[in-house]
Amino acid sequence: MWIYEKKLQYPVRVSTCNPTLAKYLIEQYGGADGELAAALRYLNQRYTIPDKVIGLLTDIGTEEFAHLEMIATMVYKLTKDATPEQLKAAGLGEHYANHDGALFYQNAAGSPWTATYIQAKGDPIADLYEDIAAEEKARATYQWLIDLSDDPDLNDSLRFLREREIIHAQRFREAVEILKEEWDTKKVF
Amino acid sequence: MYTHLKFYHPFVSSFDPCKPILEKKYSTPPHLYIGFQPPNLPQFSPFEALKAGTLWKDFYDPWFNTYEKQMGGVLP
Repeated sequence: MWIYEKKLQYPVRVSTCNPTLAKYLIEQYGGADGELAAALRYLNQRYTIPDKVIGLLTDIGTEEFAHLEMIATMVYKLTKDATPEQLKAAGLGEHYANHDGALFYQNAAGSPWTATYIQAKGDPIADLYEDIAAEEKARATYQWLIDLSDDPDLNDSLRFLREREIIHAQRFREAVEILKEEWDTKKVF
Repeated sequence: MYTHLKFYHPFVSSFDPCKPILEKKYSTPPHLYIGFQPPNLPQFSPFEALKAGTLWKDFYDPWFNTYEKQMGGVLP
């Protein structure tokens, strides 16, 4: 069960009407390494992982939904008053034809989200290594988004999200160490 | 000077069609060097931590684009 808090994890402010940026940000909404894929991946893997790290997957999976909501807010704000002409100029004409101004789970190139982006192998190490890789890929995506963006307010929120990816990767790495059950011993391999 | 940004210099051919980028950079954030988090690491104040995205100073590694770097970046 979840308890919903009706506020964003971190404030999202947008300085300019910039639908092109929204087109890029969609990568983190419905892309392979986006927040939706992350949330669904962790919350699904947690059923078949040792008890010691279930809580970690629950916590991080839940936080990914908070990030998803931030990205949704960014995309919404960047496009909400854009005219069809502006959307067309931003390369979002195809999106407008299919969805009007609605958000959709797709990547920056317009491919719809698919469950093939995520895996649950049932092997705890394989799954956690995938999770570490997913966090590092999301961190890199945020770097490229910040590089593409000229909106200082938006970048502030993107920097927060990138830092969270670093922390999540760290915690997944620690989870691997916990499962190896040797992390606090003095053994040299 | 120690930095989490690492650099490499790809081969440049005299026939490269685009102006070559002589130095490429990549990020190696601090968590790659720390391993299992040791106890009693220095912390941000609660307000700084909410802004930084982490409570732990050692894990803080903000990313700025070229323009923001020229402006000096922003720290919590």
